[in-house]
Amino acid sequence: MLTCLCDAFYGNVGISTTKILKHLGYHVHFDDRQTCCGQPPFNAGDWGHAREVARYCQSVMFPDDRLVVTPSASCAAMVREGYHLLFPDEKPPMCYELSEFLTSVVGLSEWSGTKTYKRRIAFHRACHGRAIGVSAQAEMLLASVDGVELLPIENGDQCCGFGGAFCVVEPHLSERIGHEKVRTLLANEPDEIVSGDMGCLMHLGGLMRKDGTRIPVRHYAEILAEVI
Amino acid sequence: MSTRVDKYATTIPDVQSKNVLKASAPKTTHRVEALEKFFGSASAAQDFGAATKGYVLDHLGELLQQFEQKCVENGIQVHWAEDAKEANEIILGICREAAPAGSTIVKAKSMATEEIHLNEHLEAAGFKPVETDLGEFVVQIDGDVPTHIVTPIIHKNRFEVSDSFVREKLGPKTDVPEELAAQARKYLRQKFHEAPIGISGVNFGIAETGRIVLIENEGNSRLSTTMTDTHIAVMGLEKLLPTEADLATFLPLLAGSATNQRITTYCHFISSPRKPGENDGPAAVHLVILDNGRSKILNGPFKDILRCIRCGACLNTCPVYRQVGGHGYQHVYSGPLGAVLAPGLEGVEVYGDLAKASSLCGACEEVCPVRIPIPSMLLKLRDEGYRKKVINDGIPWSLFEMGATRPFLWRSGLTMVPMAGLVPHPLKNAWTGVRELPKREGESFRAWWSKHEK
Repeated sequence: MLTCLCDAFYGNVGISTTKILKHLGYHVHFDDRQTCCGQPPFNAGDWGHAREVARYCQSVMFPDDRLVVTPSASCAAMVREGYHLLFPDEKPPMCYELSEFLTSVVGLSEWSGTKTYKRRIAFHRACHGRAIGVSAQAEMLLASVDGVELLPIENGDQCCGFGGAFCVVEPHLSERIGHEKVRTLLANEPDEIVSGDMGCLMHLGGLMRKDGTRIPVRHYAEILAEVI
Repeated sequence: MSTRVDKYATTIPDVQSKNVLKASAPKTTHRVEALEKFFGSASAAQDFGAATKGYVLDHLGELLQQFEQKCVENGIQVHWAEDAKEANEIILGICREAAPAGSTIVKAKSMATEEIHLNEHLEAAGFKPVETDLGEFVVQIDGDVPTHIVTPIIHKNRFEVSDSFVREKLGPKTDVPEELAAQARKYLRQKFHEAPIGISGVNFGIAETGRIVLIENEGNSRLSTTMTDTHIAVMGLEKLLPTEADLATFLPLLAGSATNQRITTYCHFISSPRKPGENDGPAAVHLVILDNGRSKILNGPFKDILRCIRCGACLNTCPVYRQVGGHGYQHVYSGPLGAVLAPGLEGVEVYGDLAKASSLCGACEEVCPVRIPIPSMLLKLRDEGYRKKVINDGIPWSLFEMGATRPFLWRSGLTMVPMAGLVPHPLKNAWTGVRELPKREGESFRAWWSKHEK
């Protein structure tokens, strides 16, 4: 599942995800009818329209017991937890976040890339992993890449303030939380900021560029694919 | 339309925001360490906490009956208050009978009495309530309201507290916390000697034995409940534990979650008024059991919020609370707890917007000692609020739904992405005011896929 942000803005995250899965020997299927998981109207409280989008997503992405992988804990949590709130009488489908899939299903504890990636990385852990038990998996894989140095982050488990529509509907809260996160991420002078969710990175990157900080923001999948 | 919390974020003085952030963030880190150390597994303690309070809510009627019966056997006088008005009337009635108008009443820290705005009623009737918890005392002399259920002046620093004490002529200017405590202590000691009545809250009511349990660190609750002739305790009806043995888990679970302690400096187990032959303790102990909207919550979708033991861990860990403190919520209960409890007690129509003041990061559920699923409750509140037209983002979700269920529309929408910067929309300004717009970076996935994989 591509996610709508990667569909609209960050194609390379989807491309990298495909390369990673193919590298591991999986046959990757992409259904070009896919759109969105329904989380935006769901979080906004418009559950009527959220149900329509969720039903559509279910019919396209989860018609059978195929393995579904997505490079976003937020979309995976929507399918597993959000659909349960929208349709309480149904068993929600299974959707794996990429790092969760690589560690829990494939069973990796280190990444099999051979190239060196010499960077000091500030890693932001996306919050929606909390709902589905995704925490340090991506960091574990990144740390095994030759050359990568993961920097410690003060209050590292705190939210970045993106929160989907929260970032425009509650703009002042989002901005304050975001600036606090940027301050702690930049404290140890990283070469780049890496996360597992493009929502967080779109918000953090936008905040930093507005302040004139030109530091790359990347999805960990891009790094894993590059070092293959 | 943004929430009251977001609007408050534009007005909060910088020093207040810094005070809250500086004090709240480390509490979360230390809390996890403390619970792991005490219990070996914080998670197992949380499971026990959730199961026990869940049992209490499922058997609340019978446990309350048992508790009342045991209290009465112990000599505690039990009163039931359906709402704030009735609670205030009951308490005023007890006070009038126990002491002449104009008497000083010492108060131990109690969120239940904050909830019913008891001080205003006592003052209107001519009594002089004095908050004796140091934080609540500062709130009272400043004419402020608490911004945190455990640490009421988390938004103030010691310099500001000293300014208040100088203004009230309690002592000279100082930035030494111990000296500030001594200044308040000297003043409050006098009040304890004067007061014929003490009022407190209740941390746990034990159904098995009819005992009232109070925990604190300053000693003011002990003085409020033992030096006075009459002790009035005010308890939300959900604050029961089935047995004394449950305290073995709940005392460290609450102290650990609230203040990173294994046990608080003082724990009080109040089982009766002074008995014949005893030298101290109040001659009468009254217990006011408060409903005030709780039984309505008990029978609805937000029942689990009544498991809450008021530790404040969800406030300390919340990224929104860390920025704005409690004032922005405009309710006695703030933070993630308040965002559910305030609309629960007073209606989605009045406080439904608080559910929107959250990024849904899930930190609150992670730290909750009784595992209240606050994020999914906030989502359910949004659903209810949206249906009742209390909340509306101004985003046309029907259009979004139309595009997201029709792949042709979706794909043609994607081709417009590079032109997104040209589309005027009020919410776009909320993005671009502080952030640069995202651009399509590199090749689109669909283009790459059709070239390489199809």
